[in-house]
Amino acid sequence: MFVINCPYCGEREQSEFKAGGEAHIVRPKQPTELSDDEWAEYLFMRKNIKGIQYERWNHAHGCRKWFNMVRDTSNDEIKAVYKMGEKPPTI
Amino acid sequence: MSKSLRVKTSKFIDETTRVSFKFNGSNYYGYKGDTLASALIANGIHLVGRSFKYHRPRGIMTAGSEEPNAIVQLNNNSARSEPNVRATEVEIYDGLEASSQNCWPSVNFDIGGINNFLSPLLPAGFYYKTFMWPASFWEKYEYFIRKSAGLGKSPTESDPDIYDHKYIHCDVLVIGGGISGIIAAKTAAKNGLDTLLIDEKPNLGGSTIFQNSDHHKINNQTSSSWLEKEISEIESLENLQVKTRTSAAAFHGYNFVLARENLTDHLSLEDRKNKVRQRLLKIRAKKVITATGSLERPMIFNNNDRPGILLSSAVKKYVDFYGVACGTSNVLFTNNDSAYETALSLFKKGIQIKAIIDIRENATSKIIDEIESHGIKIYKSYTIVDTEGYKKINKISIMQLSKDGQSVVGSKINLDCDCLGVSGGWTPAVHLFTQSGGKLKFREEDHVFVPNTYPSKQISIGSCNGEFELDEILKLVPLQIKNFLDVEKTDYENLSVEVSKNLSKRNIWLLPSDKVIGKTKPFVDFQNDATAKDIKLALREGFRSIEHVKRYTTTGMGTDQGKLGNMHALGIIAETAGVKMGELGTTTFRPPYTPLSFGTIVGRNVGEYFDIFRRTPMHDWHVKNNAEFENVGQWKRAWYYPINGENMHQAVQRESKAARESAGILDASTLGKIDIQGTDASEFLNRVYTNAWSKLEIGKCRYGLMLHEDGMVYDDGVTTRLDENHYIMTTTTGGAANVMGKLEDYLQTEWPELDVYLTSVTDHYATISVCGPNSKKIVSKVIPDLDFSDESFPHMSFKNSKIGNIKCRVMRISFTGEHSYEINIQASFGKSVWEKCMEAGKEFNITPYGTETMHLLRAEKGFIIVGQDTDATMTPIDLQMDWIVSKKKYDFIGKRSLYRSDTIREDRKQLVGLLTDDPQIVLEEGAQIVEDVNKKPIEMLGHVTSSYYSPNLNKSIALGVVRGGKNMMGKKLFIPMENKIISVTVADPVFLDKENKRLHA
Repeated sequence: MFVINCPYCGEREQSEFKAGGEAHIVRPKQPTELSDDEWAEYLFMRKNIKGIQYERWNHAHGCRKWFNMVRDTSNDEIKAVYKMGEKPPTI
Repeated sequence: MSKSLRVKTSKFIDETTRVSFKFNGSNYYGYKGDTLASALIANGIHLVGRSFKYHRPRGIMTAGSEEPNAIVQLNNNSARSEPNVRATEVEIYDGLEASSQNCWPSVNFDIGGINNFLSPLLPAGFYYKTFMWPASFWEKYEYFIRKSAGLGKSPTESDPDIYDHKYIHCDVLVIGGGISGIIAAKTAAKNGLDTLLIDEKPNLGGSTIFQNSDHHKINNQTSSSWLEKEISEIESLENLQVKTRTSAAAFHGYNFVLARENLTDHLSLEDRKNKVRQRLLKIRAKKVITATGSLERPMIFNNNDRPGILLSSAVKKYVDFYGVACGTSNVLFTNNDSAYETALSLFKKGIQIKAIIDIRENATSKIIDEIESHGIKIYKSYTIVDTEGYKKINKISIMQLSKDGQSVVGSKINLDCDCLGVSGGWTPAVHLFTQSGGKLKFREEDHVFVPNTYPSKQISIGSCNGEFELDEILKLVPLQIKNFLDVEKTDYENLSVEVSKNLSKRNIWLLPSDKVIGKTKPFVDFQNDATAKDIKLALREGFRSIEHVKRYTTTGMGTDQGKLGNMHALGIIAETAGVKMGELGTTTFRPPYTPLSFGTIVGRNVGEYFDIFRRTPMHDWHVKNNAEFENVGQWKRAWYYPINGENMHQAVQRESKAARESAGILDASTLGKIDIQGTDASEFLNRVYTNAWSKLEIGKCRYGLMLHEDGMVYDDGVTTRLDENHYIMTTTTGGAANVMGKLEDYLQTEWPELDVYLTSVTDHYATISVCGPNSKKIVSKVIPDLDFSDESFPHMSFKNSKIGNIKCRVMRISFTGEHSYEINIQASFGKSVWEKCMEAGKEFNITPYGTETMHLLRAEKGFIIVGQDTDATMTPIDLQMDWIVSKKKYDFIGKRSLYRSDTIREDRKQLVGLLTDDPQIVLEEGAQIVEDVNKKPIEMLGHVTSSYYSPNLNKSIALGVVRGGKNMMGKKLFIPMENKIISVTVADPVFLDKENKRLHA
């Protein structure tokens, strides 16, 4: 079980958080102008990397804030956490 | 008999306190400090159980938690009955009752023992191979297999004991209180670190604490007296907490360790009363030091499993620690120097050592010299080829090993004995380390897996790190700790250490016999009866992966998880398959290290505390009025209110009729309520609902449907505009938390520019829904100041009001199709307003109804229930709710998905009404719908989602999803059931009051 450093609250147990999948997938501004394939790309396609992955997490049983995390999925090491809207760090 | 096996007094045993206990129905006694195993051995009992498959007699093999054989049932036939307990870990107390497992009628005469003689017919995979054909016979086989499988018996009553959970946060956790662990814990504590030291045994000190040989000296004292002094100082260290009888069960990532603290199992039944039995410690440590020691390996030779065959280290512990001799005529069998220490301990206590069989050719060391000087016979380069004695060993046969160790030469020598101590070297206890994600490496020179890379801030020290000798440990450990803890000082540098052993070892995974392997029984996994033969068979049959061989032969799959034999299994596989051990790897060590009882795992979360449940403010009223409840998410919702012995059907029919004919009242407090405020609230609703919201007037309500981005219906509910920038949204009961989460997600991550604030107010309001033709009259009595006229208060509108001094919100909305009102009031007044409504409605026979009637009433109107009539594959178009999807809005969540190639298919499953041709037949929800019952293979078109008998229409009604159902109006379809085929006609899902006249009645 991880200890996650919520950018708003500090270190908390993983059980307070909810994972929200891959980060930095932006909802298209004009969905109606997209082809089926382009929309499917946004809707369904997600990476599942063994290694460094950028993820969304939510402090669901805490401040309820969403934030981003960089995690090495091969050993669960959390490399960085940062607020929504902040530039992702390069790892 | 017992006295003769008690040898020189041990200071760890209190011989002044006699403890009486029962084993297999007979009375025995031991002393305070004895384990069940040591007390049994003192009473001359070695035969404790029967093996799993062949029912061979098995005795005590070890003196610790790795015990595979001596597992017993405690307190059988009582609520505290506990199976599969290791006799080597049970501390005896007055009144203890233990019995053997896996034997009938008794451990001495066990009918299942016939399997031993049938064993040539019971190879690895026997059950898989034999009981496959014919497949239809499985049910018959299963009965007998289940009966003969399983070791202990589960208790049949609920556990009367109390269990607890506790969180501990510390700087340093040290697992294992042997010499390395004590040095580590004291160094950490003396450097100001908050330290916790745990050990599974009742006392600290590991194996060093009873090591009083002159051959082991630290600073010129025996190693045990040096360590004793170290332990005595612990109490004065303020930031060092010690927990004994505490076994680390699991080591997870981020230094999260679960440990079981055993608080009362060693006390007499009387002393346990009202005490917590076990505590599950949830330890989060900044740094973890693992000092779990090592386990002695057995050796794999023919008939190596008889009672009286023990690990050499166990023989030593029984004599040195418990003061008990395992036999009167002992033989030791070894491939390293450890057995000589045991020999020395026995010799000093005057116990006969018949011989030492050493498979090494010419091992020399100080301790071997000493043993030889005492005139003890050592057979060098010999191996045991067979043993005899059914219920206890009485003879061994030895032969000389060939040069390469693969066969035996010369003639057989027989030796009588009643105890055989075996030492095959040592295996670092790396179980916890690997659980944490640590990776091992294989050390070729002495055939051990040792920790290699650490996934978190942790270190393994001492013999669990592959340092087996005291001088090595004391040289290395203090430095390792200093570096790991990043501290300046440790008191343990530059200790002077004397040892007399030599580390030489001759490793032969499977020792040869004069018989061919097919005629031998060299056990590798003692508990599961897997032999070297079985492993070789598995390899011959083509199994290569170590994980597959494990499962096929069941090696390492017992309650002991193969703590003793796993290394040999790996060795034999590697050797036979011709691969390197390091490349073969190990099987996965899984938590828990030793079994945990369910009580410990659940702690206080039992009975009504098993899961939290939520009650509405009116809950007590429902209970008082005989309601049956149903669980909706975590809520307890009133399901129906039976009177005069009604069953559910009768109650629901009565409630449903009353609601339409006069008045019904429903507790709707569980519906999710989200308060939405901000200048962009209307824009936000526009984006999250499928319909348009900007033009909704203040004081009006609107029904909305929410979709996932993939276009599938997700939730629904009525939202009311309270003010220009203020809405109150209702959600389904079960979906409330998810809707809130999803809305927050979009606000925070996609549309942070919107000025919108969400607050969950579900628990803040009680919601009372009054419906039926007389509802207006009733609410007018409850809120006399409010103008309820249709002109002023039409359907789908809202008013602020007061009941007495208490503010309330009244909405005229309906989920039943009846004229109805919803009163929302501060939760604490919910019950009294409910009672007021009941009082006011008395003259109209106001009838409380539960969720079942609510479902029936809405089904009459064809209103959907999200999650019942929909699953995650239904779009609003599939639900024939096109009317609620705005064509004008540029975008909303899920809009683009409504015209993907897949969602516009005509033959998607669509929601329709179903009427049975015989109106008295009520369909089963979930039943499959077909068009042609004769077509093979039969084609499923869909299924029934909701089905009721409507008392208001006097016929059965149902909703269902049918492929292409939209274009099937009036078509005949069939529902094949077990004994009959029901014919139905596709109909409009709105069965009652299509014109919505009743809403305004």
